[in-house]
Amino acid sequence: MQALSQRLTFRQITIAVSAIACISLLGACGKSDKKTAAAVPADATEVKIGHVAPLTGPIAHLGKDNENGARLAIEEINKTGLMIEGKKIFLTLVPEDDAEDPKTATQVAQKLVDSKVVGVVGHLNSGTSIPASKIYSDAGITQISPSATNPEYTKQGFKTTYRLVATDAQQGPALANYVTQKLQAKSVAIIDDATQYGKGLADEFEKTVKAAGLKIVAREASNNKATDFKAILTKIKGSKPDVIMYGGMDATGGPLAKQAKELGITAKIVGGDGMCTEKLAELAGDAVVNVTCSEAGMALSKMANGNDFQKRYKERFNTEVQIYSPFTYDAVYVLVDAMKRAKSTAADKILLVMPDTQMNGLTGNVAFDKQGDLQHGVISLYEYKDKKKSVLDIVKM
Amino acid sequence: MLNFISQRRMFLWLAMLSLLILPWCVGSVGGNYWVRVLDFALLYVILALGLNVVVGFAGLLDLGFIAFYALGAYTFALLASPHLTQSFAAIAVLFPEGLHSLIWLACLIGAVLAATFGVILGVPTLKLRGDYLAIVTLGFGEIIRIFLNNLDRPMNLTNGPKGIRAIDSIELFGISFAKSLDLGFIQVPALYLIFYLFLVLACIATVICMRLQNSRIGRAWVAIREDEIAAQAMGINTRNLKLLAFAIGASFAGVAGVLFASFQGFVSPESFTLWESIVVLAMVVLGGIGHIPGVILGAVLLAIFPEVLRGVVQPLQNALFGHVLVDAEIMRQLIYGLALILIMLYRPKGIWQKRGASTS
Amino acid sequence: METFLQQLVNGLVLGSIYALIALGYTMVYGVLGIINFAHGEVLMIGALVSLTLIQGLMGFAPFLPGWLVLVLVLPITMATCAALSYTIERVAYRPLRNAPRLAPLISAIGMSVLLQTIAMMVWSRDPLMYPQLLPALPIQLFNSAVTITGKELVIIAVAFLVMCALLLLVERTRLGRAMRATAEQTKIAALMGVNPNRVISITFMLGGALAGLAGVMIATNYGNANFYMGFIPGLKAFTAAVLGGIGNIRGAMLGGLLLGLIESLGAGYIGDLTGGVLGSNYQDIFAFIVLIVVLVLRPSGLLGERVSDRA
Repeated sequence: MQALSQRLTFRQITIAVSAIACISLLGACGKSDKKTAAAVPADATEVKIGHVAPLTGPIAHLGKDNENGARLAIEEINKTGLMIEGKKIFLTLVPEDDAEDPKTATQVAQKLVDSKVVGVVGHLNSGTSIPASKIYSDAGITQISPSATNPEYTKQGFKTTYRLVATDAQQGPALANYVTQKLQAKSVAIIDDATQYGKGLADEFEKTVKAAGLKIVAREASNNKATDFKAILTKIKGSKPDVIMYGGMDATGGPLAKQAKELGITAKIVGGDGMCTEKLAELAGDAVVNVTCSEAGMALSKMANGNDFQKRYKERFNTEVQIYSPFTYDAVYVLVDAMKRAKSTAADKILLVMPDTQMNGLTGNVAFDKQGDLQHGVISLYEYKDKKKSVLDIVKM
Repeated sequence: MLNFISQRRMFLWLAMLSLLILPWCVGSVGGNYWVRVLDFALLYVILALGLNVVVGFAGLLDLGFIAFYALGAYTFALLASPHLTQSFAAIAVLFPEGLHSLIWLACLIGAVLAATFGVILGVPTLKLRGDYLAIVTLGFGEIIRIFLNNLDRPMNLTNGPKGIRAIDSIELFGISFAKSLDLGFIQVPALYLIFYLFLVLACIATVICMRLQNSRIGRAWVAIREDEIAAQAMGINTRNLKLLAFAIGASFAGVAGVLFASFQGFVSPESFTLWESIVVLAMVVLGGIGHIPGVILGAVLLAIFPEVLRGVVQPLQNALFGHVLVDAEIMRQLIYGLALILIMLYRPKGIWQKRGASTS
Repeated sequence: METFLQQLVNGLVLGSIYALIALGYTMVYGVLGIINFAHGEVLMIGALVSLTLIQGLMGFAPFLPGWLVLVLVLPITMATCAALSYTIERVAYRPLRNAPRLAPLISAIGMSVLLQTIAMMVWSRDPLMYPQLLPALPIQLFNSAVTITGKELVIIAVAFLVMCALLLLVERTRLGRAMRATAEQTKIAALMGVNPNRVISITFMLGGALAGLAGVMIATNYGNANFYMGFIPGLKAFTAAVLGGIGNIRGAMLGGLLLGLIESLGAGYIGDLTGGVLGSNYQDIFAFIVLIVVLVLRPSGLLGERVSDRA
């Protein structure tokens, strides 16, 4: 009897192991199928450029927007034709999804490195760009983030980290200067959502505001899923600040602004690019007129070819530009510009010439400092008129 | 027909051989990416075995298990990175280059720390019934996560939401597990080395579990699980044994956490959410509560599951419908939810059930 | 002093919401003895369903005043939630009534995950705007010491009314007697002519309807709704129910209000009390700490348990 049960168990195990093997092989095969629509022409060499953003999750619409920008650039370049050292080059986009999760980000980074991309446009969030950057640095592949604003991203000592937006170290002070100079505030209350982005931005804001001699009446924190801010706001109301600064996303910033109004708080509310979306008007309701927010890059309407880009984008993808697609668009052009200057499509040669980039792109002049940040970062300030964003000011850093 | 002893031995040799060459097979077909997935799968195996001790053996539903994983991870993160040096001047004086710890020592410390917290969780919950226990452990998990996320004020202990970076990679017996190992006739890439290391530890964990199961302690746990009052009447010290279950389960998670921190080189509170606790619970439940091989199978299947989904489901939907109807992420959650319910309804002992077990 | 009064009022509003949800938990636990993990998700589905209905109704008849839209949508929402709750009980809990203890719990967790996922698929993951149907203009009370809005007053009133109605139901009607009997001694109640399955189903439906009402109230109060909005309030409401004494209706109300006050006052004053070490960012764990303290020191809650005897 024991022999029989032993054999049955053995069979079960074999089935289980083969099942695992099949599934993993299937998954591996799935990985290798082509994700792009276009086919490589016979006489051209294929060169792969990676792109990573959250394509699933609450900001999937922003991730898709980023991917679209990169895709538009690649398609345009392929149409005009790209020649490097006499060879015809065909660019292919390898899009990946990091679901806004640091662990997934490192895994897809590894995937991209394995597929031998020559450069990566991404990731969207600071919280994913930073862990992934180690993998790209180890592989010597250029990484240009179109939207990560946390200063730490370029402070890790990697040669591969670049970005096309200003950092929170610039966004925070820009907001702070607006508060001290334009609003002439004497006291501020600062709230953050205890995320890497929100807290980072709030810290930068606090530094500048303190240096300017303003009184910080409160420094509170919440979390990125909070719905009720009444307790915190009541506490702040007692100290009567002129301005409330919130470091966080629109999903929490909107209710915060709304509840502040309901409590009868008249202080102005300022926030960063996480809050600066069209959706904020919906979430904050009437309270949105009280809000001023910033974006870490040039406003689309103020870009020289901004309207033209918007038209082409809408024609190709049948949807509006969200925020950062102009920046992924430019990132691809920066990589191609590097290829032209390096006279090569090899990842290491591209990396070598990146520091000398001098390009006039859609988003403005692109040149990098030693760390990989933009030399001429720009912060755009917005207010809300008639429940729509309208540009208040452009601050050149 | 071979008699079953040599059949079993043959099977064991076969299993060992296939495990040894597994990274090479997977690596050549799927690349480093899939070897990485396997490495994580092994970590989950250790986690699932630990939770199995608490839920499967002792019958205590723990919904905050991932907190012990977090504690282990942060222990190593603090002991083997420049973080403490950067945050505390006193430590900067003693360790100007940042802290570096031996990984096996950190594993020990992580295990002890996690076990201590396991006992801390256990003490107030000894008299609680299953459902209350579940909620309290859930609360405990959340409390730990929120503390980890916010302990950067007033002193910067955990660096809050930014997490701790630049954590040392694994180094044992002078071999660094971050680079390939040159054995002369063969080059073993770092990820494969890590696979073997994790495999050894998973085997140790399995052996410990099997020993526990067949010991007096294991049988006492079964008694407590089935009928606590009767167990007490039989003279079993239910209090100590429950605490022991918590401690042992937690220590497994603590060790896994140390390894995780070293492998990823980076920890942040986002990796230790309630959802992760539910995933590990699902691994134990699906595999077969209390059944060790089932739990291992459940862990491996569920660990590679999201990658399979991502690699198969989305392209499939693209091919069939032109665009993705249901995200891989949502599909994963859907299947988890359905699986938990269906398994409880139709196969409560898990996919791979124990043969001839008399326990209900 | 002003701040203190305002925090009290904030706590009262928050507490009323918790009380509404806790009532549903406590009834179900009273008759069945399990934690209905999916209760919070019923709340969420209620809010989202009402949102769709409201959007439809307002598109169809935009001239209707806000409060009327709400009054029309509410019964349908509550009925939907009752049906949902009934289905959950039949599918996930009833077959497991005689299974080992862990099984219905795990099934409940699975149900919670499933409902969240379905909400993600139908209503997407973005936070959705909930129309302002009740007055939201700040009203000053007590010489401008306290600012409250019309909708918050409505919530407090509704919670109080519901509790009174429920008490009437449980203590003065036949159904209520049947519920109490099933809660205390299921088998003997069956011998006395009570159909326990029917009573349990009705209890679930009632709890579901209350959850739906709570969901609409929460969405109205905060102006948005998303798939995640039910989980945390569900947990906190369970804490409130335990705090007051699970199975005890007055206990659920008391527990809810107390918890709301603890959270509000805690978030407001913890920073000052601990000298800045802990702050309002620890607000969410107050509920859990309260739960642990209550379960350790007074496991039957403040007003005493009313549950069936389970070994």
